[in-house]
Amino acid sequence: MISAGIDVGGKNVHIVITRNGTILAKVGGPTGINKAEAAEKLYAEALAQAKLKREDVSQVVATGSSGSRVSFADGVIPDAAADARGVIKLIPSARTIIDVGAEEGRAMKISPEGKVLDFAINERCAAGTGTFVDTMSRALEVPVEEMAKLSLKSTKSIPMNAQCAVFGESEVVSLIHQKTPKQDIARAVHDAIAGRIGSVARIVGLEKDVVMIGGVAKNPGFVESLKRDIGMEVKVPDNPDFVSALGAASAAAAGVLEEKVEAKVVEKEQIEEGKA
Amino acid sequence: MVEAKKVEFWRWPETSWVNPDVDWKKGKFVTAGVDVGSVSSQAVIMVDGQLYAYSNTRTGSNSPDSALKCMNMALKESDLKVDTIDYCIGTGYGRVNVPMAQQTITEIACHARGANFMYGPEIRTVLDMGGQDCKAIRCDERGKVMKFMMNDKCAAGTGRGMEVFADLIRVPVWEIGPRSFQVEKEPPMISSTCVVFAKTEVVGLLQEGVPENEIMAAYCAAMAHRITELLNRLGMEEKFAITGGIAKNEGVVKRLEKELGVKATDKVWHAPKMRDKGLPFDTQIAGGIGAALFAFAMLERGKAQSARKA
Repeated sequence: MISAGIDVGGKNVHIVITRNGTILAKVGGPTGINKAEAAEKLYAEALAQAKLKREDVSQVVATGSSGSRVSFADGVIPDAAADARGVIKLIPSARTIIDVGAEEGRAMKISPEGKVLDFAINERCAAGTGTFVDTMSRALEVPVEEMAKLSLKSTKSIPMNAQCAVFGESEVVSLIHQKTPKQDIARAVHDAIAGRIGSVARIVGLEKDVVMIGGVAKNPGFVESLKRDIGMEVKVPDNPDFVSALGAASAAAAGVLEEKVEAKVVEKEQIEEGKA
Repeated sequence: MVEAKKVEFWRWPETSWVNPDVDWKKGKFVTAGVDVGSVSSQAVIMVDGQLYAYSNTRTGSNSPDSALKCMNMALKESDLKVDTIDYCIGTGYGRVNVPMAQQTITEIACHARGANFMYGPEIRTVLDMGGQDCKAIRCDERGKVMKFMMNDKCAAGTGRGMEVFADLIRVPVWEIGPRSFQVEKEPPMISSTCVVFAKTEVVGLLQEGVPENEIMAAYCAAMAHRITELLNRLGMEEKFAITGGIAKNEGVVKRLEKELGVKATDKVWHAPKMRDKGLPFDTQIAGGIGAALFAFAMLERGKAQSARKA
């Protein structure tokens, strides 16, 4: 049976086509302005890569923050459900999943069967997301890949005061002015997001094995910071940014066209009360 | 190498002013308040509690230099020297790094005191819309702070957020307010709270061909909505006044008033003498005024000694 999973996130589309659980094609690309169009175009590419026609695919399941925009999907499942299904296929010992994408950071506790037991999410704020890393890498004038390598060389923790990506940018600039080595700034940036994500993960409870996926999982500097923050080993599967799409494809293969997951939304308290 | 000319749309003009009707030599006490904020710095000089001079400048990369720069600019057109100031109080985010200050007081206390002087003793709620934070302050008839709510963790609803937007849409920051009203109908507000995500949303709107003025209206409305949440948490009591840089942006202020259902006190001096003379009214100097007034009160009550050197 051939099935497809389409993950439409904040910044990228990831598509996986599988036959009986084996990956035939995987294609990723930016969402651009029109996410539906991007999904359509990349799906055509994935079909070409797998040498398949549309009618060869029995079931298509979409996921991701804009999964509902995929008009050709037979069903849509929440990203937490897709994450859990994808991770359990790759790392059956996984009990906690940390998924950090471009615009969201989330943590899930899952059962050995890949069911989501608890789920917390940080959204609507760039702190604790891939966007935070991108913003700081621009301020640092170092590409993200380079920043990851640099931060691994650093042995010094500099706490960042700013949680906000906009304020963080000014802070990075002032650290540069103070002649702070770039490797230490890079580590400070990763530590800052790790701190934020770590606290989201602690809401669901950290149980091993902890598996990290999403685009930011490709950044080994961040993974190191996360390990330090939670004090646990973190496993990262190959192609961590395709795991959600793989989970959607696996839902499609199982004939699961909808799924419900309750989320705890983490709204960082930004307003403080003061006494004169 | 050809370098593209970079226009900085956030770069608002710096100003200074000296009161021609005040002779500082005839005064008993010359006091100063230096408010070094994260985005802007102001120096206010008062002679026996009367406004004598002020400046409003952009904060540089370090606080001591920013304090010196705004003080020098305030005194640029005056024969008064820094050494002649009897007492100076530093306030704002960089207050501990004001070299000429004898003491520091928090900007919350200073803004409430300054708003009381500028807008009058009937003010009970002061909204200070600063560069990197936003504070809602409840105060009494003397400008004493009763309680406050503050957001300093997130750029949404701050001056910095507006500057980032100005740079993105490539419109000078002071034109955003007026242009936000040049729309056929009020558009829905920008849905992203986070400034970084709002940028992405704005780029999308621009690419869809949404008129720039409508996007400015949508951004101002989002900012007004954000600030309303803060005021609602504090509990609003009239009269209500706004200080800080965003107070100058009618696009935000008018929409804030509409959402609150409360009008902000007009931006004119409470003191009839100052109002009638048409002295410039700058909402960004409230903190500096408050600090200079605290300094004056301390000297007058003998709670501080004059530090005049010349």
